[in-house]
Amino acid sequence: MNDMRIADRTVSTDTAKMTARGVQVYYGENHALKDVDIDILGGTVTAFIGPSGCGKSTFLRCLNRMNDTVAVARVLGEIKLDGEDIYDKAVDPVTLRARVGMVFQKPNPFPKSIYDNVAYGPKIHGLTKSKAELDQVVETSLKKAALWNEVKDRLHAPGTGLSGGQQQRLCIARAIATSPEVLLMDEPCSALDPIATAQVEELIDELRSQFSVVIVTHSMQQAARVSQRTAFFHLGNLVEYGETGQIFTNPQDPRTESYITGRIG
Amino acid sequence: MTDATSQTGLPGAQPRKSLHAADARTRRRNASEARFRFFGAAAIAISILALIVLLTSVLGNGLSAFRQTFITMPVALDAKVLDKSGTGDIEVMKKVTTIGYAKVIEKALTAALAEKGIATDGLDAKQISGLLSQEAAASLRNQVLADPSMVGQTVDVKLLANGRVDGFFKGRVTMDSAKLDSNISPEQLELALKMREAGLMSVSFNSGFLFGGDASELRPEAAGLGVAILGSAYMMLIVLVLALPIGVAASIYLEEFAPKNKWTDLIEVNISNLAAVPSIVFGILGLAIFINFMGLPQSAPIVGGLVLTLMTLPTIIIATRAALKAVPPSIRDAALGIGASKMQAITHHVLPLAMPGILTGTIIGLAQALGETAPLLLIGMVAFVREFPGAPPEGFFDPASALPVQVYNFTQRADPAFVERASGAIIVLLVFLLLMNAVAILLRRRFERRW
Repeated sequence: MNDMRIADRTVSTDTAKMTARGVQVYYGENHALKDVDIDILGGTVTAFIGPSGCGKSTFLRCLNRMNDTVAVARVLGEIKLDGEDIYDKAVDPVTLRARVGMVFQKPNPFPKSIYDNVAYGPKIHGLTKSKAELDQVVETSLKKAALWNEVKDRLHAPGTGLSGGQQQRLCIARAIATSPEVLLMDEPCSALDPIATAQVEELIDELRSQFSVVIVTHSMQQAARVSQRTAFFHLGNLVEYGETGQIFTNPQDPRTESYITGRIG
Repeated sequence: MTDATSQTGLPGAQPRKSLHAADARTRRRNASEARFRFFGAAAIAISILALIVLLTSVLGNGLSAFRQTFITMPVALDAKVLDKSGTGDIEVMKKVTTIGYAKVIEKALTAALAEKGIATDGLDAKQISGLLSQEAAASLRNQVLADPSMVGQTVDVKLLANGRVDGFFKGRVTMDSAKLDSNISPEQLELALKMREAGLMSVSFNSGFLFGGDASELRPEAAGLGVAILGSAYMMLIVLVLALPIGVAASIYLEEFAPKNKWTDLIEVNISNLAAVPSIVFGILGLAIFINFMGLPQSAPIVGGLVLTLMTLPTIIIATRAALKAVPPSIRDAALGIGASKMQAITHHVLPLAMPGILTGTIIGLAQALGETAPLLLIGMVAFVREFPGAPPEGFFDPASALPVQVYNFTQRADPAFVERASGAIIVLLVFLLLMNAVAILLRRRFERRW
């Protein structure tokens, strides 16, 4: 497994970008997430693994308050971004989401042109002053998402006309166009074929230089390949969190071991 | 599973049988499918037949309303009669009533008949001028007052023929029926035939039917739909301007913002109920609120428009909510995930995607409102309205009629000539409905996007 990894294991910083303490999530009566404590480091790819329904996506959606859109969801506890509580009353989720971007499981480009897809974020946040600047942002974002060469001649073609892998990279370009500090990815490769997956994984590793990346994945191989830190969730509990190599080779908790060896999950 | 186990016959295992001989069970299944398909095809055939019968009856009765018998002849506009002061002063000329013009026309008709050498034996002057519509004098007066310089000249004018004469050329009136008719005699019809041969009388396109106002019981040949078409257009304008924004805003609020609780459930149920409320109830509501309480005028397009707006709102809200629901949630997530506010996500992404559905719903609602009759009867739009309403916005408060009410009105009148006019009005109404549906389809095509 170690041979397949594409990510450098060293972590460039030890400062925590996001910290979570005692996070509880309820969906109505259902206690979906129990007492999660975690530090997401800057410049790191953190992978959340665990069986279906274990709460890893729920926790990811807490990090940019996407759970606000679910009427029955209730989040307790404390999550801080750079030391500021993101669930504070003074926080506008809109500005939070500009700093904590998100890429979804299914590629979901807007039914607009490739250009408009990427330009949308900068436009609504007023990040650019002129058309030239906006063009520049679109180009850099598409280049960072490794899509520029494939689409530079058809920027005004609809984004929905791209292949699945290209669409997902377009969604990544759209998410990074607002220069977020943390990029959340909810199983970004689950709808992609192996080649597209490899492209996205490579991309994730490159993105690490600019953002903290948090990725939810069902594939333990993917977690091992791209991440420096891995968190294992089980039945709403954060079972184990640590350096990826250690989680996969020397898990401390028997449940983690059972999961990565395929006995549960 | 091995062959051995499958042949021992576990419960639920299929017995071996030929694929070429269908068993009883399969035959029954296929027969029931064939039956269902037959019933479906039969239902469609019956509805097509009904539609054909309806269209043939409406078109057969109504198409003749678009053609009308006219008498074309030179009329000497005698200045001594029509402009007594001789100064061309319009106020003085207005004092000459239609009776004065009727005399001028009578004289002109007699002259025209004499010139063509048509014998009028046994018919007195009154009977001869009875071939003309009572409307003829009024229309000539209007023409002269519109262009006073005509006075003193001899001009060719096209005047409406009497409804019975018109009916004779359209086959509605026969020589036999004329014998029993106090309004027309066979001799007059003979004369009409001779006039047609001489080119004095002809059947041609009837623009008055589309652009003229209504006319009384006694002159069906002059009755037109102009006021009704304009009134309906005003009401549709009011409905569109009020119902579309209110309906769309209400749907967006209910669908995207409102908390899901007992109150919103109650509102939701009530909107569905309102869509099913008989339209006449909205008429009573309009009568009570807009006319009795708010004191708006009767028969006015503004009241009709408001009532129809109330009636159309539930349709638009239901259609819009369905269209909003159909937008995939991934689009909302995508926009919110980038940091768009809820309102931005809706206006930039959700609403454009829901647009085809919203527009279709709106136009269907409008089409429904266009054909609605019952509530308009209650707010006084059934009144006889001859005069055109003014230009908007003041015109919204003037009395007007509406197309479906005009149909109802025409069918209430005794003269058989109104039968073709009622059917003709139905044709106009159907054409407008078809046009609106065509627009709905076009807009749908235009805005539809795949995602």
